[in-house]
Amino acid sequence: MDEILEILQKDARIAPQEIAKMTKSKLSDVKKKIRRYEKEGMILGYKAIINKEVVDVKGSEVRALIEVKVAPQKDLGFDKVAERIYGFPEVVSCYLLSGGYDLLLVVEGKDLKTVARFVAEKLSPMEHVRGTVTHFLLKKYKEDGMNLKSKEEDKRLAISY
Amino acid sequence: MMKKNLISNVVQNMKPSGIRAFFDLVLGMKDVISLGVGEPDFVTPWHIRESSIYSIEEGYTSYTSNKGLVKLRTYIAQDLKKRFGLIYDLNDEILVTVGVSEGVDVAMRALLNPGEKVLVCSPCYVSYGPMVELAGGVPVYISLTEKQGFKLTPKLLEKNITPDVKAIMLNYPCNPTGVSYTKKELKDLCKIIVKNDLLVISDEVYGDLTYDFDHTAFPTLVNARERTVYLNGFSKTYAMTGWRVGYVCGPKEIIAAMTKIHQYTIMCAPIMSQMAACEALAGSREPIDEMIREYHRRREFVVGRLNEIGLKCHKPQGAFYAFPSIKSCGLNSVDFASKLLKEKRVAVVPGTAFGPEGEGFIRISYASSFDHLKEAFDRMEEFINNKCR
Repeated sequence: MDEILEILQKDARIAPQEIAKMTKSKLSDVKKKIRRYEKEGMILGYKAIINKEVVDVKGSEVRALIEVKVAPQKDLGFDKVAERIYGFPEVVSCYLLSGGYDLLLVVEGKDLKTVARFVAEKLSPMEHVRGTVTHFLLKKYKEDGMNLKSKEEDKRLAISY
Repeated sequence: MMKKNLISNVVQNMKPSGIRAFFDLVLGMKDVISLGVGEPDFVTPWHIRESSIYSIEEGYTSYTSNKGLVKLRTYIAQDLKKRFGLIYDLNDEILVTVGVSEGVDVAMRALLNPGEKVLVCSPCYVSYGPMVELAGGVPVYISLTEKQGFKLTPKLLEKNITPDVKAIMLNYPCNPTGVSYTKKELKDLCKIIVKNDLLVISDEVYGDLTYDFDHTAFPTLVNARERTVYLNGFSKTYAMTGWRVGYVCGPKEIIAAMTKIHQYTIMCAPIMSQMAACEALAGSREPIDEMIREYHRRREFVVGRLNEIGLKCHKPQGAFYAFPSIKSCGLNSVDFASKLLKEKRVAVVPGTAFGPEGEGFIRISYASSFDHLKEAFDRMEEFINNKCR
């Protein structure tokens, strides 16, 4: 992966000026590259990682992982069905998997009822959906390489040789 | 109260560190951003910690052989062969020590007779001189200057060799200057070392943290292996400072002599640390390579910022230190560091901690998160704009 992407993936707030210093490149080149990555969709956006274990976020307090069995369509495979499913705003992630079921969804809702209603009224009755298994999420420990706990303090002596 | 000769003459005559008071000041202060730390800001990678925890659960709590676990020595031998093409026999040419510090100490004691001289570059890591003295030897300091980028040159080396010099202590990449040497530069130094029949004690603990060229292990040079005590450890590369585990490689006779001292004084390095070291060498290198890339980026940032705020700095080729000049401020090293600490709550180490040649310089450690580095440099910039312009 390009170094600029590696840096931004770790900390999107690092300014182009700083990236230019770190990578010993020209500021204009860095800016140009970032613009290109944005245009070509390699960088899709920038956002803060919020630890929802700590912050109360109204409106998305319940999360569920839902396994979905799907009958693939001729010529279209799973893509068309997946598209119809991930179009719902409740679906925050959608993956196609190998193994016992086909799609794995991460669904968010403000309470149990909302998620249950989504499964019962939207997802299950959908054409080509053969069955679902819903797992409600109890606690997140790590997400996208990030440990979801408050920062550990520096245990080193403040000064040493 | 006992009579006057309580403390041995050697220890009495050893100079106490001149900047202890400054260190105490830093340690007594809260909310300081410290660029004064001589160890990685990463915690030992989890797979290494986990393997040590598991070994304790499994009951590995005993002594090991004096030289260290066979498994660890095997991995060390394989690692040196793979990376440098160095061949050391795990049976009688490798000794596992309690950090590189023990390695230096035992090497000096094994090699030196009373009064024999050892060349030590200055500025340098604080322990080398005292360890020579404790072993009964006499350190002869070679003054390195900013003009030569704090590098030892063949000319400077030759000038300092006298008939009673037995050995030279090398450390590259260097703490505190970050200086390292290319293969060509080392070759030229080695020729003079061989010509004058000197022994070499080479502390290469920062070897993996070399950024501009490949690190050359000293014993790989022509005619060097037979006269070199090669020291390395896990502290810096694997972020394992607290585990205290390192190793020494050298000719059979020297390792046998060192093992003699080691067995009477230390017995062996702690087994749980040795177990962790095994995993460090056998396990995934991905977290390590990631750390090294991160240091590299921080170096570029730090050197760039130093130039911007007007502190002249040669480019460090390795380790995680920069050694900029603060002469433009008209303050001496300790005053600069003390004022910076009191006024801006940023800690750096005065260059004089590493020898008189460090006057007019400070050591900046970039083993600190990017956020901290950024904030610290913003504060230093304010400080310099107030004080020095």
